[in-house]
Amino acid sequence: MSEKLDRLSQSLADKFGDRLRSTVVACDEVTVVVSASDYLSVARTLRDDPEFRFEQLVDLTGLDYSGFAGEATEFRFAVSAHLLSVSNNLRLRLRAFAEDDSFPILDSLCELWPSANWFEREAFDLFGVMFVGHPDLRRILTDYGFVGYPFRKDFPISGYVEMRYDQDLGRVIYQPVTIEPRENTPRIVRDENYGNVGHG
Amino acid sequence: MAEIRNYTINFGPQHPAAHGVLRLVLELDGEVVERADPHIGLLHRGTEKLAETRTWVQSVPYMDRLDYVSMMCNEHAYCLAIERLLGVDVPIRAQYIRVLYDEITRILNHLLAVGTHALDIGAMTMVLYTFREREDLMDAYEAVSGARMHAAYYRPGGVYRDLPDRMPQYEVSKWKNTKTVSQLNENRQGSLLDFLEDFTSRFPRYVDEYETLLTDNRIWKQRTVGIGVVSPERALALGFSGVMLRGSGVEWDIRRKQPYEVYDQLDFDIPVGVEGDCYDRYLCRIEEMRQSNRIVKQCIDWLRKNPGPVISSNHKVAPPSRERMKGNMEELIHHFKLFTEGMHVPPGEVYAPVEHPKGEFGVYAVSDGANKPYRIKLRSPGFTHLSAIDEMSRGHMIADVVAIIGTMDIVFGDVDR
Repeated sequence: MSEKLDRLSQSLADKFGDRLRSTVVACDEVTVVVSASDYLSVARTLRDDPEFRFEQLVDLTGLDYSGFAGEATEFRFAVSAHLLSVSNNLRLRLRAFAEDDSFPILDSLCELWPSANWFEREAFDLFGVMFVGHPDLRRILTDYGFVGYPFRKDFPISGYVEMRYDQDLGRVIYQPVTIEPRENTPRIVRDENYGNVGHG
Repeated sequence: MAEIRNYTINFGPQHPAAHGVLRLVLELDGEVVERADPHIGLLHRGTEKLAETRTWVQSVPYMDRLDYVSMMCNEHAYCLAIERLLGVDVPIRAQYIRVLYDEITRILNHLLAVGTHALDIGAMTMVLYTFREREDLMDAYEAVSGARMHAAYYRPGGVYRDLPDRMPQYEVSKWKNTKTVSQLNENRQGSLLDFLEDFTSRFPRYVDEYETLLTDNRIWKQRTVGIGVVSPERALALGFSGVMLRGSGVEWDIRRKQPYEVYDQLDFDIPVGVEGDCYDRYLCRIEEMRQSNRIVKQCIDWLRKNPGPVISSNHKVAPPSRERMKGNMEELIHHFKLFTEGMHVPPGEVYAPVEHPKGEFGVYAVSDGANKPYRIKLRSPGFTHLSAIDEMSRGHMIADVVAIIGTMDIVFGDVDR
């Protein structure tokens, strides 16, 4: 497996050179990061070049790196696309960062893979990432008339509004949420040598 | 001459053939569909966001509730993702148990898919037959986990416990007399494996019964042959996987091409369709049930001969046994840390796909080293399949939309997440 991945990362390096911001091989997977301006053109080559032939876009998702305790990233929002080549039996993760944190915007992959359509609608709906060239960028999973981007890290888990049926008005109304999220186990990141007292 | 008007109609959100809460806005020209616009998200529960606020293990039961027809396969992808990030090895017996239950799940799922698909387009009887066999398999779920559906049986590092030596039995009640109970308990006298072996010997005959009802049925063929045809190139571009892809003639099965667990040591065939229509996909599902039955048999044989541990002995991941926890200080600390703080998963990201009965189900997990995931993305097959409904149903009659939804095997827990 790893031989195949080394070959893939080598041919990626040969093909794209400096256009790859980084290439990581970990957990039997290859991840490449490209800049927002190269995103579409690299994706096009990955689909069409016979060496790669990634015919399928398996998954595409938004990511919000604010509050990420791992390696620091330059920008807040990114999009990770998982590509699959059925003919070469390869997988690849392609990531691009949106270079404006207040208005994240990236090229759409819809013209390359039609399956990107709903995935990008989802990333727009949940993270507020805009996709240039998307034919139909509407919200998809949230309620009609929903305000905000729920999967951003600064959006509370309980949301801002709740819905109930109002007996007096005879219709469903929205009101500010009345529940408070309860956290039983805090989120903790331990440093590398945590628990190692030095005697085995 | 009568004036011809175009209609826009709402299909759902509550419609028996929508397999859940799907609102489908159909633009019609007479009876012909011009555009189908699915409105989804009515069952959106924010599982991915919820997972960010729970420890890694606490999210396992959420996975059951995604595709609530093939519960254990969802857990499987989630556990695989965690195991790959941790680099922890799963005992071989646990791998066989997982494969055994994955295939039981596949049969469960296909029984429901074929049964309800037939029900949707007019063959009432099918669902009665398929639900009869689902009952036995649900009992197998219950025997091992205590729950008939939402099992939460797989754990990072293995499975929760070994297979039971005894099957739960029916008891005499107001509704069941002694004679009925003894009949029902007849094949439950031995262990779970005995019960399943009995099932695998009966099951091929049941599949023959389904085929008698449907395969050459004239009405069934009229409703499915040539409906929702997808070419192999289109199927790939639209992101199809599983039966939807194989029905179009693309030979792609993750169990075979990128094997996980012990699938590379098992003997099974991958059925592939030719025409890429609803009928071929039905035939694929029927054959997959037979193949799953074969795999279940092989797993039973192996599991009988090879006892062993079923969960990792790495106590940073899996809790120590109760007995050892009581007698050993270190194990007690591990136990306490695991159940209060939870395990820490090293920083990194991984995409773990499994061949789910509906297609490729993948878990994309990003960790920053905390005791909770940084981001979990669930790649559900139903979401991508449903996104193609516009293309597949365009130009078909309105009644065929039901056949297409049925053949996609949509479950809304999975689409909306």
